[in-house]
Amino acid sequence: MTMHPHHPLSGEGIALHKPFPLTIRPLADKARFSLRIDPDQRIAASAVLGLNLPGNIGDVAYAGEKTAVCLGPDEWYVTVPVADQAEIEAGFAALYAQQPHSLVDVSHREVSIGIEGRDAALVLQSAIAFDVDAMAPGSGCRTIFDGKAQIILLRDAKDRFQIDVWHSFSEHVWHFLQVVAREIELDI
Amino acid sequence: MLLIHCPYCNAERPEVEFAYAGEAHIARPTDPSQLDDDQWRDHLYIRSNPRGLHYERWRHIHGCGRFFNAARDTLSDKFVTTYKASLPRPQIVQSEDTP
Ligand SMILES: [Zn+2]
Repeated sequence: MTMHPHHPLSGEGIALHKPFPLTIRPLADKARFSLRIDPDQRIAASAVLGLNLPGNIGDVAYAGEKTAVCLGPDEWYVTVPVADQAEIEAGFAALYAQQPHSLVDVSHREVSIGIEGRDAALVLQSAIAFDVDAMAPGSGCRTIFDGKAQIILLRDAKDRFQIDVWHSFSEHVWHFLQVVAREIELDI
Repeated sequence: MLLIHCPYCNAERPEVEFAYAGEAHIARPTDPSQLDDDQWRDHLYIRSNPRGLHYERWRHIHGCGRFFNAARDTLSDKFVTTYKASLPRPQIVQSEDTP
């Protein structure tokens, strides 16, 4: 797994075996983009990305290792393997003449944390104020973690979530997750 | 914690995701140079501050980022409705227990 030498969560990991298996771990580096574009131009942008940008706020689209979540009426958060970054940037630069937009590389602003296991939603519920379990698999949103840290939360599957959070907040989020995992382990 | 319905996300979200942005439907004067100081002060600072139904702006700043409007009862703190920013003030019939 590739991780930046200054990754704040490098070498960390949480694994529980009781009452049910639960793993919380930093995920490998990826390229991350904040995309703002006229929603009518979604098809042109999707062609460049090689992924169908979802039209409804909260929906997530997957294509291989590429992911896009619709965060607002004209805003998407897109993550792709680092190897695909240059090609996508070049594709959007070519699109710019016909369709002005903003594609910002935020790869190094955030780190990703994966939470997987039967109790994954329960873990997140300790820090998130809406009903986490009501999120449909394949949906996501921007929200606030523990009343402080802004995150982007994806529910990839019923038992699997991803948090993308700014570097500066990642240690706080990580320590919070450690404490919650310990509470679950001790059944308190 | 209050749950606020965002008309763009079409979802109930916790209040920590939102920012309050003052009274809604305050139109900026089309020709400010025609206003005297008192009128300009009134435009900038004088608000209705009602006891009861209040139309106000909110922003889903930690969600979709959109501004929208809400009708909220300032006495009970209950949100009566929320609606997209460009829409006119909805007509609301006050129930008996609100002043
Ligand atoms: Zn919203």
